[in-house]
Amino acid sequence: MLDAKIPSGPLAEKWNKHKFDLKLVNPSNKRKYDIIVVGTGLAGASAAASLAELGYNVKAFCFQDSPRRAHSIAAQGGINAAKNYPNDGDSVFRLFYDTIKGGDYRSREGNVYRLAEVSVNIIDQCVAQGVPFAREYGGLLDNRSFGGAQVSRTFYARGQTGQQLLLGAYSALNRQINLGKVKMYTRSEMLDVVTVDGKAQGIITRNLIDGTIESHAGHAVLLCTGGYGNVFYLSTNAMGSNVTAAWRAHKRGAYMANPCYTQIHPTCIPVSGDHQSKLTLMSESLRNDGRVWVPKTKEIAERLRKGEIKAVDLKEDERDYFLERKYPSFGNLVPRDVASRNAKQVCDEGKGVGKTGLAVYLDFADSIKRLGEDTVAAKYGNLFDMYRQITDENPYKLPMRIYPAVHYTMGGLWVDYNLMTSIPGLYALGEANFSDHGANRLGASALMQGLADGYFVIPYTLGDYLAKIGPAPIDANRPEFAKVKSEVEVRVKTLLSLRGNKTVDEYHRDLGKIMWEYCGMSRDEEGLKKAKGMISDLRADFWKNAIVLGDNEEVNQSLEKAGRVADFLELGELMIDDALNRDESCGGHFREEYQTPEGEALRNDDDFAYVAAWAYTGDNMPEELHKEQLEFENVKLTQRSYK
Amino acid sequence: MSNFSNAFSSTLGKKLVMCLTGLFLSSFLIVHLTGNLQLFKNDNGLAFNQYAHFMTNFTPIKVVSYLLYSSIIIHSVWAIITTLHNRKARPHGYAIKPKDGSIWSSRNMGILGTILFVFIVVHMSNFWYQYHWGETPFVEYRTDLNTGATITKEIQASEFTEYVSYIDNGIEITKSKDLYKETQFAFQQWWLVAFYVLGMGALSFHLVHGFQSAFQTLGWNHHKYRPLVKFIGLWVFSILIPIGFAAIPLYFFLLK
Amino acid sequence: MSGNMNLTLKVWRQKNSSASGKFVTYKAPEISPDMSFLEMLDVVNEGLVKKSEDPIQFDHDCREGICGMCSLVINGEPHGPKRATTTCQLHMRSFNDGDTIVIEPFRAAAFPVVKDLAVNRSAFDRIQQAGGYVSIGTGGVPDANEIAIPKVIADEAFNSATCIGCGACVAACKNASAMLFVSAKISQYAMLPQGQPERYARAEAMVLQMDEEGFGGCTNTYACEAKCPKEIKVTNIARMNREFFNAEFIKG
Repeated sequence: MLDAKIPSGPLAEKWNKHKFDLKLVNPSNKRKYDIIVVGTGLAGASAAASLAELGYNVKAFCFQDSPRRAHSIAAQGGINAAKNYPNDGDSVFRLFYDTIKGGDYRSREGNVYRLAEVSVNIIDQCVAQGVPFAREYGGLLDNRSFGGAQVSRTFYARGQTGQQLLLGAYSALNRQINLGKVKMYTRSEMLDVVTVDGKAQGIITRNLIDGTIESHAGHAVLLCTGGYGNVFYLSTNAMGSNVTAAWRAHKRGAYMANPCYTQIHPTCIPVSGDHQSKLTLMSESLRNDGRVWVPKTKEIAERLRKGEIKAVDLKEDERDYFLERKYPSFGNLVPRDVASRNAKQVCDEGKGVGKTGLAVYLDFADSIKRLGEDTVAAKYGNLFDMYRQITDENPYKLPMRIYPAVHYTMGGLWVDYNLMTSIPGLYALGEANFSDHGANRLGASALMQGLADGYFVIPYTLGDYLAKIGPAPIDANRPEFAKVKSEVEVRVKTLLSLRGNKTVDEYHRDLGKIMWEYCGMSRDEEGLKKAKGMISDLRADFWKNAIVLGDNEEVNQSLEKAGRVADFLELGELMIDDALNRDESCGGHFREEYQTPEGEALRNDDDFAYVAAWAYTGDNMPEELHKEQLEFENVKLTQRSYK
Repeated sequence: MSNFSNAFSSTLGKKLVMCLTGLFLSSFLIVHLTGNLQLFKNDNGLAFNQYAHFMTNFTPIKVVSYLLYSSIIIHSVWAIITTLHNRKARPHGYAIKPKDGSIWSSRNMGILGTILFVFIVVHMSNFWYQYHWGETPFVEYRTDLNTGATITKEIQASEFTEYVSYIDNGIEITKSKDLYKETQFAFQQWWLVAFYVLGMGALSFHLVHGFQSAFQTLGWNHHKYRPLVKFIGLWVFSILIPIGFAAIPLYFFLLK
Repeated sequence: MSGNMNLTLKVWRQKNSSASGKFVTYKAPEISPDMSFLEMLDVVNEGLVKKSEDPIQFDHDCREGICGMCSLVINGEPHGPKRATTTCQLHMRSFNDGDTIVIEPFRAAAFPVVKDLAVNRSAFDRIQQAGGYVSIGTGGVPDANEIAIPKVIADEAFNSATCIGCGACVAACKNASAMLFVSAKISQYAMLPQGQPERYARAEAMVLQMDEEGFGGCTNTYACEAKCPKEIKVTNIARMNREFFNAEFIKG
């Protein structure tokens, strides 16, 4: 059993007590410590800035051309905080409770409570930085209800909350760069972790401009490298989002926890063809006024796909409002996983619409009739414009077509309460870790977690570790660095020697199709086993037949992609193992074999109320499962129902 | 925190110099045109020549005129400095000229400014230099203060020492250099008239961008006043004033 | 599939920042009008890789029009022909069968070419580092609702804050001036109460850094505003001027 080092004592006092128990680093000693931060999204930028403010020397890395481009920037909806400004009954405990329940009881009480607790500080911090949150006419902050929450606790900045929060963290980072406390390395990709005597003391990076493989030493390494949704090839992630940093760390000894937990967002713009490179999310607020439907029969659907008839011409009795039919009380507002799964189901039955048949309608005709086009435009105008831009269809006249897409990965590197992975000195923050969302993440909670980790958790917990190891300088000339560096160089060389006949993108697409088909919205044992073999074959083929062009000593997108896809191919297999291991359904993990008679996810709390943390044991060896038992002392485990 | 060298050496400071000199020159246009309207008076140039004398001899105006000359020089020199600086900022141009929705004149202030500079040099050598140091005709006006009737007489250099204006026996006598005649003479040449009209065309385009641009540079771009600034820039500075000036050579060429 | 287009691309190829570049012509056959511009380039690149030719380098990441990483000057227009659109959100239906499309990198002395169509925009980061922040540390800040900000001010500051730092303003400006970018940040903080303590020092520091990076001056052609994918207004530049002159002549 793994020990998460959750402090003892009552839930509400754990964090405060823990903060007092943590060792402190003497102010004059802080400048003797070097900290490496990989990734500059919300978690990375906020951590780098906060640690530099404390006096540590920080080296920050990102693969993009600027720290401001990290994919946190694309979050639309908002950020939750238990401020209870609207006086509608919110509290730290309620946010905690909603998050635990939303995560289908697969997250840690201690972590989630802390998250809810510091959520209020995040808003204060961001406002002080000049983040322009939406405001009421009285000049105070506006809140909205989001993702089916019963209270209005979501702070937002139009549809660009992620952007504004990231620019806030980026500005704090810039201030520290200007003060010389943070050294920023852009267009640098981390390719490995260096451990010395079992502790993480450095990383190996590749300069994406000239290919230099560099060693960087530090007293601790923070991975803030985001999620791995791109294992599905198509996702709402950025093109560059990858698992490489986390996966390399995993292969050096960091456990990967719950990798099968994937969030699939129901309201994305459907795939238009094989050329599709990524999927675009539209805020789920659309489901507040849009009605989801498909044609009642396969025959009508077919005629629609061929363009013989139009959606608007279908009579009411030819339409199946399947969410309203199956979930009379929640209707179109069922949680993300339920909405997504049902959309997939009707499409699998052949009732999907659009050219590909992989879409359902989201229809605003009734709302427009009821509220008028102007009101609908005022509420959703920007989303309608975006939809029209991408699809060239007018959603005021024709129903929108939507389909679910991979959006977020709840799984990630296993961390303890201090955010430390199973490698001492190696930390994981934000989406890169697994800690706070259980099997399903609530809307507007990703931004909250990234900033909580970076601004308010790591500055405390890191000091404890640093104080214990002492400030003796870390030497990048040690043989351990040279060894890992040469391994990285060999790997780069091996990749560059691949001159086969299939592009890396083709492998990536193939992997994505397997993952989506067998380890996507719903999974079953047979399919998962089949997929495992397919991925294994695909990986073997990759190392024989992939085309990787060019040299190391140049800007080489071919090499960059190949390295990332190679890691996705390994991760994919572990995701399958994890999904196979978890003989239950929970949140984003839906196993066909385990469902209630109504078709809802059926948990098995007796056998699976644990975190599955996987340890790497060697190439082509099965990974070793470590379990962390989840204790629930403050909430009662219940079955979700939306009937 | 700062000193003035920062202020003026920065791109914004250089632009401020362009803006302030430009606005000063624009304001001069109003004065100059108002004065020149005397040319349209049917008095054989009496009022105009009085005005010309006043403008060249009244000390405060003289001071302002030196400011004006230096403004012209500074505006031109700074234009060259900023243009060179701006060219350096894009050493490698585009294969396809960017389409960006900007108005033509805003992109061609340098060309327009060069035309204007040549115009000013020609204009000043034609009139300002001639008036001060060239060979000008002289004129004497005798106005009967009782009847108001004026008799104009050309006088010779030997009869003229300096500008005088006095009353003798109910008759106001004014002796002056005759810039009016000079003007009348100059604008009998069609090519000079054409050159002036062309110059005023350049002025019009220069100011349609320049006037409102100066306000933008100063930071006075307020949504409530922007339409007013644009209106004045368009109707006063790029239409009325250039037309007013261009009307003078045309008037003399066609009617005198 | 019917409705697909055959296009000719003239693409700027340049091995690295010190190499000299040239245009190379490629065929882009069977392009679906539903593709985004970058997906069209993906297709061309995949074809190049299959032929063991070096794929065209271009910057891109989120492909949702928000990260600001994509660039390109398409037929003389930064981010292509559509208003308020980034290249990643531009779709091929904006082009016609048989078109020749000329694709160039953003060109400015301050944005040296990294490779092909990718340029180095770190000058923007350095300008932000010079003063684009409020000097407060983590923690110890007042409650968020202690600062009341009139909605109109908050909204206006938001409009300035939507800048994605893509550099299209520089690319569009005939002087390669960065003033729209710089002024957007200066404006955001100049309007908000949080930005007041460092208001003038910030304006000065950011403007001087901008000059140091080698961007050109503003000649008020407003091409930047016309091509800004986030429709940042030139009133920001006016405000920056005011802030800077105030800093230099009055408050400094």
